[in-house]
Amino acid sequence: MAHRVGMEVSIAISHAVQMCRAEAIAAYPITPQTHIVEHLSSMVANGELDAEFVNVESEHSAISTCIGMSATGARTYTATSSQGLALMNEILYIVSALRLPIVMTVANRALSGPLSIWNDHSDIMGARDIGWIQIFVENGQEAFDHSVMAFKIAENHQVLMPTIINLDGFILSHVVEAMEFPDQELVDKFLPSYHPRFQLDPDNPVTMGAFAMPEVYTEVKMGHQMALTGAYEHILKVWKEWGDLTGRRYQPVEKYRTEGAKILLLTMGCLSEVAEVAVDEMREAGLEVGLLKLRMWRPFPFADLRNAVGSAKLLIVCDRALSLGGAAPPVLAEVRSAFYAMRGRPQTASFVIGLGGRDVTPGDFKNIVAQAQEEAQHKPTQEYHIFGVRG
Amino acid sequence: MDKFGYAQSQKFDTYASRLMPREEYFTSGHRSCQGCGEALAVRWVCKAIGKDAIIAHATGCMEIVSSGWPQTAWMHPWLHVAFENASAVASGIESALKVLQRKGKLKGPMPKVVAMGGDGGTTDIGLQSLSGALERGHNFTYFCWDNEAYMNTGIQRSSSTPYGAMTTTSPPGKMSIGQHTQKKNMTAIAVAHGIPYVATASPSYLFDLFFKVRKAIETPGPAYVHVLSVCPTGWRSATDLSVRLGRLAVETGVFPLFEVVNGKYRLTVEVPKLRPVNDYLKPQGRFRHLREKERDFIQKHTMAQYQLLLDKCGASYPEFPVITEPEEEKE
Repeated sequence: MAHRVGMEVSIAISHAVQMCRAEAIAAYPITPQTHIVEHLSSMVANGELDAEFVNVESEHSAISTCIGMSATGARTYTATSSQGLALMNEILYIVSALRLPIVMTVANRALSGPLSIWNDHSDIMGARDIGWIQIFVENGQEAFDHSVMAFKIAENHQVLMPTIINLDGFILSHVVEAMEFPDQELVDKFLPSYHPRFQLDPDNPVTMGAFAMPEVYTEVKMGHQMALTGAYEHILKVWKEWGDLTGRRYQPVEKYRTEGAKILLLTMGCLSEVAEVAVDEMREAGLEVGLLKLRMWRPFPFADLRNAVGSAKLLIVCDRALSLGGAAPPVLAEVRSAFYAMRGRPQTASFVIGLGGRDVTPGDFKNIVAQAQEEAQHKPTQEYHIFGVRG
Repeated sequence: MDKFGYAQSQKFDTYASRLMPREEYFTSGHRSCQGCGEALAVRWVCKAIGKDAIIAHATGCMEIVSSGWPQTAWMHPWLHVAFENASAVASGIESALKVLQRKGKLKGPMPKVVAMGGDGGTTDIGLQSLSGALERGHNFTYFCWDNEAYMNTGIQRSSSTPYGAMTTTSPPGKMSIGQHTQKKNMTAIAVAHGIPYVATASPSYLFDLFFKVRKAIETPGPAYVHVLSVCPTGWRSATDLSVRLGRLAVETGVFPLFEVVNGKYRLTVEVPKLRPVNDYLKPQGRFRHLREKERDFIQKHTMAQYQLLLDKCGASYPEFPVITEPEEEKE
């Protein structure tokens, strides 16, 4: 029987990794990811998790060590944030090209400088093009569920793709929430022991990480692209299977009160719950506003997004990272591209919110909607706004 | 077998050439330059390692010449990730093997774990990950192929380039004698980690190399082997002189062959009478620009370093070359 627990979301993720029977973990401390690996290391120390926990000397070595672990055939997990993810950057591309099913939690945090330990999405947006599956979660239950599902997705022999679960640092990673934990038997049935398709084995030697001349590099990258976009249907299958087992169903783009909505907000991560409150209040006031929550970031769910937007006239994209000097912040750039070639596309408005831990309230979302409406009617713009800049 | 008995054993002293393995694990057909001392070293190191091993290799000459898709020269399971992280990758392999064996998922004997990298990938960009892996005590052996510069990218200086050498980024000129720093003492850094086995080796002394590799591989815990790899392309030397230059490096005291077992130094190849260092410098175009003054400095520095090493080994001093003071300094 599943049971309800109340605990910090970071600790819940470590329990998810434990229930998945991760075999090898390499990690380096960085706020706000630390609670996850702290609890994993104590589980290993107490014999509650039969795994090798390697305390490496940098995030660069953390992900490199994970490559060695995964290539040898162990179910491999790591977690990081911000500067740590940036330090891993070089290797992240290699992990996905080697098709190693490493699962990583990223507790999203702003990038320095100035140094900030607080939450936004600039770390993961800097690693947007690493060729991994990337999922965003909204609350503790989702963080738990997607951590379990990530292993199943990544290790599917048709997928074999490393997977990142993004959760907002502090404002999700450090809060205590009520969650439902499934039984170990259910997880074991859902996620059998890992058996790699290729591994480092002296009886069957393979060369991994060979270099490619110009004659084949393009083809290899094309194969990578096809594998990542092809992972889409397998992700949905795994989500459905989990939904059948637990009753909790997930979609690439989640809809909240979108029926008949003329205006749609689009958010990622746990600010979606704040936006829900704002949408409820605006609906009560008679405004036809709905909310889209982008869960699947890579592969990008173009068709789901187009369907979800439906006949809405104004789509307000809320980014939590900047593309300095560029045409659009990262989420807006994708969303606008998804609609650009379409007839009758919605008007887009763009707001960058909650940078470096700046609080975003339901009132802020209401102000954003009002400002976007005003502009859409009177002075349409392709520009984006950094919301709530003082002074 | 007690924990470190293997490394102290003398049983390899009776080895003969016909007893050396005939199996090839680093096969012909790779793209290394003519006269490559490094490829020779890799071939014999792989023979000594034997079949049951997994290799993590850093980016560099040996990776580039041996692993152009769809070909490979490696008969071992082999993994290349990046330039600076071979030790971290090996750490992961070793940790995964442990847990897989514990869980009964490993078929066959426990493979040996080996990491390899060039001098750039070891003494410069890979030093941090190597230090981390040595400190954590993984049961693996690290081989540094030291050709004393970044040969793969076109002969740029590294921290392992010796004093006075000409490279493309330490060129001699009016204001410079070439590389003006001394070669980083990587074996001392490895020893400082308190690991059970550290050695220098050279493919010009094949038995010595072979035994050291066997010891390093069998020693539980981390082991570090620093292999001088003569590079005719980068050293501007004749391709038929590679083995000879490796011997001259030892005979002049420039690259002494020793091992450090549990912190205790031992000279493995004793040189009764050191040759003048010029015998080693002269056949190499990279030292061609050096004047008598710099050669003299190198001679003195080499002897001083050699004496320090002999003190650590508790060995007696050999006969040193006589140094004549250069003309300009007498005036």
